[in-house]
This record gives sequence, structure tokens and C-alpha cells, in this order.
Amino acid sequence: MGEAVHPANTAIPHDHAEEVELYHPHSWWTRYVFSQDAKVIGVQYSLTAIGIGLVALVLSWLMRLQLGFPGTFDFIDPPAYYQFITMHGMIMVVYLLTALFLGGFGNYLIPLMLGARDMVFPYVNMLSYWVYVLAVLVLVASFFAPGGPTGAGWTLYPPQAILSGTPGGQDWGIILMLLSLALFIIGFTMGGLNYVVTVLQARTRGMTLMRMPLTIWGIFTATVMALLAFPALFVGAVMMLLDRLLGTSFFMPSLVEMGQQLKYGGGSPILFQHLFWFFGHPEVYIVALPAFGIVSDLIATHARRNIFGYRMMVWAIVAIGALSFVVWAHHMYVSGMNPYFGFFFATTTLIIAIPTAIKVYNWLLTLWRGDIHLNVPMLFALGFIVTFVNGGLTGLFLGNVVVDVPLSDTMFVVAHFHMVMGVAPIMVIYGGIYHWYPKITGRMLDETMGKIHFWVTFLGAYLIFFPMHYLGLLGVPRRYHDIGQAAFVPDSAHTLNAFISVVALVVGAAQMLFLFNLAWSLRRGRQAGPNPWGATTLEWQTPETPPGHGNFGPELPVVHRWAYDYSVPGAARDFIPQNEPDPAGRAA
Amino acid sequence: MPDVAPAPATEIAPQTGGWPSLVADWSADRHAFRGVSWGKAMMWVFLLSDTFVFSCFLIGYMTVRMSTTVPWPNPSEVFSLEVGGTNFPLLLIAIMTFVLISSSGTMAMAVNFAYRRDRLRTVLLMLATAFFGATFVGMQAFEWTKLIHEGVRPWENPWGAPQFGSAFFMITGFHGTHVTIGVIFLLIVARKAWRGDFDTGRKGFFTSRSGRWEIVEITGLYWHFVDLVWVFIFALFYLW
Ligand code: HEM
Ligand SMILES: [Cu+2]
Repeated sequence: MGEAVHPANTAIPHDHAEEVELYHPHSWWTRYVFSQDAKVIGVQYSLTAIGIGLVALVLSWLMRLQLGFPGTFDFIDPPAYYQFITMHGMIMVVYLLTALFLGGFGNYLIPLMLGARDMVFPYVNMLSYWVYVLAVLVLVASFFAPGGPTGAGWTLYPPQAILSGTPGGQDWGIILMLLSLALFIIGFTMGGLNYVVTVLQARTRGMTLMRMPLTIWGIFTATVMALLAFPALFVGAVMMLLDRLLGTSFFMPSLVEMGQQLKYGGGSPILFQHLFWFFGHPEVYIVALPAFGIVSDLIATHARRNIFGYRMMVWAIVAIGALSFVVWAHHMYVSGMNPYFGFFFATTTLIIAIPTAIKVYNWLLTLWRGDIHLNVPMLFALGFIVTFVNGGLTGLFLGNVVVDVPLSDTMFVVAHFHMVMGVAPIMVIYGGIYHWYPKITGRMLDETMGKIHFWVTFLGAYLIFFPMHYLGLLGVPRRYHDIGQAAFVPDSAHTLNAFISVVALVVGAAQMLFLFNLAWSLRRGRQAGPNPWGATTLEWQTPETPPGHGNFGPELPVVHRWAYDYSVPGAARDFIPQNEPDPAGRAA
Repeated sequence: MPDVAPAPATEIAPQTGGWPSLVADWSADRHAFRGVSWGKAMMWVFLLSDTFVFSCFLIGYMTVRMSTTVPWPNPSEVFSLEVGGTNFPLLLIAIMTFVLISSSGTMAMAVNFAYRRDRLRTVLLMLATAFFGATFVGMQAFEWTKLIHEGVRPWENPWGAPQFGSAFFMITGFHGTHVTIGVIFLLIVARKAWRGDFDTGRKGFFTSRSGRWEIVEITGLYWHFVDLVWVFIFALFYLW
């Protein structure tokens, strides 16, 4: 299907049943602030996500300062450290990565890449963004609430999450966190419905599902997963709110706290873990699948080669999406479970490695003998492959019960998930921004600054997280304010910790360079022209750059081929845009 | 979207039968589901997501029912109604369920008349549906009041496991909210139908999308879903 020759399409009539109802803004407010244009919403989502992500970045510096130089910073006491960990983890995973990939890239790219004028329900789409803003504001409010934000860990496990020993447990922290999550889910659902329906029902002529760029496949599958996984978190959040506010005991067993018998009793803390991880594991792939998709397009475009095994790539994305709903309890090996369950979840976890490995091989085979342009997007794409493979391999270790049990809650786990779902997706986000910035603004990002940014970030991330594997194997625990003098921790480990912290600050500084580049290039960047990379997908074929309201001119483009016609022998250029008809003679 | 001519899938991929043709169909030009409008597709996807919400609530309820250490109150005693000195187990619930199921009937008829562009009958049937829905919520409020008078609270009750009250208020409350939202939407859509928005294609205030009779059907989808969920709540909470 991808490669099938498409006939001249004259037989298919125009369909403007719903297209014509594009919303036209009348004022500055409805154009740039309360905009219903998916492109503007996408940029709004991205900027908000980056803004809140900076908070998480600063928190990571503070944590690293404490870990590297324990006892030096008085204001980072144990409660504060826990609050930093929690907010850092939650912001990074949910409010930065999920929002940026689906809300940001999703909104900007889905209509453009599919040849649609906008999302199917722009008004709902706009609401989605504003509810997200509200969720972020509630989250930020918890920093200023009495008692500060919650320190329960990003997993928010009860009972500790709502007890007085945990920062924010008996104050506002946990309440605001749960409320914010519920809001985020509601907002996301509004957007997610739009993305799914746009992909399913609003493609342009000739754009079959099997001709969609892999970026769209990744975002689409991730959105479907999110629509099915977030409900579990939503329900968990509602039940925990009731436990905390009304004194119900969904998750609370009977407890004695500070010598006092609490009024709770009979609830199941494990139930929360199941609900949380039924969301939490798919969440990993909700950020990974868009990354997979985007990186496929970056590699094909910048290596001037068709993606290897397109169909296999699509099926792998779908298979990973489906499988990731039956592996969640691999996060609960240490919670205690029937050994047969452990066996089941370990098996399913290892099975996911198969489609994942297929994708990695296909990326490598796409690069193989390609005309690789080592520009910034390509560098980030390569960086992604390296860090992702690294994190994937340690994932195989942790997927096995017997290996996971001793390694659980050590720095090894921190190293693993930062590699696989921290650094790797962030690499793709950067690659994506360097790749699409010219379309969004009409100007190129500065190449030199970009290269410095890449090398410092990539090497730095390695220097930060690679040694953590070793610390974890030594037994250094995760979520510890201060490991102190333990017999199993040699002095050199403390030196290593200090080293990691210094690198973390340097890497952080490099991100400031990136932000500067974003702002600087807006005015001073080189003019990009409509298609600076010579890419095939529809967003590069728009009549205006940046694309105007309605994306395409009076006529929507008609798609004649898949998205990967690079370096086709005999073609005039080394790429053939998706909307370029076949030369007359060759049409079927 | 009645004016969509079927896009010939055959032109895009040769029909080979079996799985390949299924895939070809689904991945056909422009629409995965031919003849399904955006609004309807969106409602279906939303309902799928909402199904997961309710499933999680119900699974959560079943789990705490098993984890709690105190006996579970007997639903047929708790939910009985005294009429003229005799105790009828589950009487109120039976009536509520009957009312809600009937409302699905009137809703289905409303959809039917909507497609015949029969303004009056559509509106009347939608109002009847809304009325049944409101009655349901009213009876639920009555039941809540009764139980609260008897000492049931989300955190305790006189008869046994506190999770009984917690799950009861949470699940019926969440479902009741769905019904209430449905009633509000029914009233809004009925008003639009009555005003003739669906014939004139008048644009919605917020969405600036022109009105179509199909909106009645989309509202109906939601309504039937809420009824269906109730059947599960009824079976799992009251009958178990
Ligand atoms: C400059 C980059 C980053 C640094 C230096 C950093 C550092 C840290 C540190 C020191 C911890 C606490 C370890 C512990 O004591 O348990 C942590 C936890 C965590 N980080 Fe990062 N991080 C970075 C980026 C990210 C990114 C991009 C993500 C996105 C997935 C992420 C997700 C998390 C999560 C989920 C936790 C666990 C929180 C918890 O234990 O509740 N981090 N990070
Ligand atoms: Cu997992």
C-alpha cells in the first residue's frame, strides 16, 4: 500500500462536508491567545511545557547539589529533597513530555502532515490547552501552599502519600497534585479525541493510513493509549482524594501513626499501585512512541533514504502499544505477588523487546549506506538511538524478577529510566524542534549553537547517568537525601557523585543556550524557505511558510505516494514530495 | 455526512480478501470509517475512554470489597423500601432501573424522528428522555438522603465495611453526574431542534459549527452508554 501507485484520483469527488466550517479569528485575542488554530495551540502547548519543564530542570540541579555535596546546602532538608524529587519526576513525565509530544508536536503536525485544514473540533482543542494551563497553575500553586508541594514520590504511593510524615501529606500538597492530575487528564482527553479523530477521519485525498508518515503513526498510537491509560490514573486520583478529604479507606489499611490508631482500615494500597502502573507503564510508551515516529522521519530525511521496512515499523508501533497494556506489574515485583504473576509479567515485558528491537534494526538499516547529513536534527536522532538502546538493554535486566528485586529502588533504576524515557525522548524533542523550527518560524536555528547544545547535552547526559548504573550496582539507594557513611559505599562513590552533580549543572547551562538560540533565531536566523531539508511530507509543501490559516491554499493537496521517496533512481531531485503526481506515463 | 461518495478502496490497494483487505479497508483513503461523521467518531472514542474510567471504578470497588476485613452489608436489606408496612428489597432500584431503561427507548425514538426531520416529535421525545433522566437523578437523591439518615457515610456505616458507603457514593455519584450532564445536553439539543437550528444550519454559539440533525443521534449515543453503564453498576453493586 505504501508503495502502491496511486491513480490520478479524478474519480474521487471533493469532500467539503465539514472542511468549510473553518473558524476564522477576528481579533488579536482569538488569533494568538484564545486561538482555535491547531498550529498556534501546538506552539502554546510547547512553550507552556518548556516553561514548566524549566522548573523541573532547576529542581534536578538542587537535588544534584544535595547528592553531590551533602550537608553544604542547609535549605535542602530531607522533606525539601522529597518534594524536589516528586515534583521533578511528575513534571518531567506528565507536564513536560506528554504535553510536549502530544499537545505540542501532535497539534502542530497532525493536520499539516495529513493535509487537513485543522483539527476536527478546534474549539474543543482550544479548551484542551486552557485546561492544561489550569492544571499547570494548580501544580505550581502547590509550591506556594502551606506545607509546600507533596513529597510522596512521583508514584504517589499510599498510604504514605496522605500521612503526616510525608511533606504535603496532611497539607495542601497532595490535594493540589491530585487535582492537577485530574485536570490534566480532562484537558488531555479533549485534545486526544481531536488527534484520534483527525487521523482517522480527516485525511486528505490519497492519504491512506499506510501512507502516513511514521511521526503521525507514533503520535496517533500514543494518543489512543493515553485515552485508555489515563482513566486508571484519574480513578486512582479521585479515590485518593476521597481518602484524604473524606476519610474513606480505598487505599488505606488500618494504621498506627505516631502511636495513634488512625481511623482508616480495610483498604488496599496495592490497588493503587495497580491503577497507577496500569497508567504508568503505558505512559512510558506514550512518550516513547511519538519519539519513535519522529526519529524515523528525522533519520529518513537527513540520511536521504527511504525508511527501511515501513510496514514493519507501523506494526511494531501498534504491537508495542498493545503489549504495553499487559506488562504494568513489572513495576511491582517488590510489592509481593503470586510468583505466577511475576512470571507472566516478566514474559510479556521481554516480549516487548522484539518489536522494539525491530525498530532499532530498521533505523540502523535506514542509515546504512545513506547519504547522512550530520546536521543538528540528525545528531539528536543518532543520540536518541544510542541512549535508547542503552536504556532498553538495562530494561531487559530489570524486567526479570530475580534481577529486579535486588536492583529495585537503587540508582540503577534511576539510570535506566533516565536513559530510556528521560534522555532519549528529550533528544527527539530537540531533534524535532531543530527540524520543524524553520517551518514554524520561517527561519533556521543557528547551527553552531545547535551543535554545541547537542554535544554538551549528549555527552553530559552520558556522564551523568552512565555512572549511576555503577552506583546502583554498589547498592546506593534511590530517593535518599544523604547516603551518609555506609560500609558498602566506597569513598570514590562520593567523588563520583560530586562529579555527576557538576556535569548536571553544565548540561543545564547548555539548555539555556538552546533557549537563547530559540529566541535569537526568531529574528536573526537564516531565512529558511519553504523546504530547507528537502523533505517529502506535506507540511513542507505548504504555499506559505509559516503555513497560513487553513494550512494549504484554496485546494487541499492530493497525496500520490508514501512519505519516503528519497533518492529515487531516475528522479529529478533526491526527494519526491508526497503530493507530486507520477509522471503521466507511469500512472497505472 | 451523507454527501460523501464512497472512496474506492479498490483503487488504492487491490482487493485480495482476508486480512489484507480488512487492512486495506481500514486504511483507505481519508476515512477509516466511511460515512461516519467527525462528531460521531469523536463520541465513540470518548465513550471508549469513559468505559475505562467506569471499569476502573468498578474494579476498584470489587477489590476493596475483597480486601476489607469487616463483613459487607447485605445490599438487599440495605436497599429495601418500606411500603405499607412490608419491606420490598431493591424496590426503589428496580423502579430507577426501569425508568432509565425506558428513557433509552424514548431516546431511540427521538433519533428516529430526527432523521425524518420531524421537529415536534423529536423534541417531545427528547424532553421525555430528559424527564426520565431527571426522575432517575431525583430518585437517586432520595436514596442518598435515606441512606444518610440511616447513618451511612462515605467513611462509615452501621452495618459493616466502611468501603460500602465509600464505593456506593463514589460510583453512583459519578454515574449520576453523567446522567445529569446528559439531561442538560438533551435540553440544549432539544432547544436547538425546536428553534430549527438543524434545518437552517444555524451555527453553535461556542463551536461555530452549523447544526445538523445528526447531533440528536450523537447525544443518543452518550445517553445509551450511560444507561448501559448503569446496568453494570446495578448488577455488580446491588445484585452481588
Ligand atoms: C538534566 C537532566 C536530569 C537530571 C540531572 C535528573 C536528576 C534526577 C535525580 C537526581 C533524581 C532523584 C534520584 C533519587 O534520589 O531517587 C531524579 C528522579 C527522577 N527523574 Fe530526573 N533528572 C533529569 C531529567 C529527567 C527527565 C528528562 C525525566 C523525564 C522522564 C526525568 C524523570 C525522573 C523521574 C520520573 C524521577 C523519579 C522521581 C521519584 O523517584 O519519584 N528526569 N532525576
Ligand atoms: Cu513499565
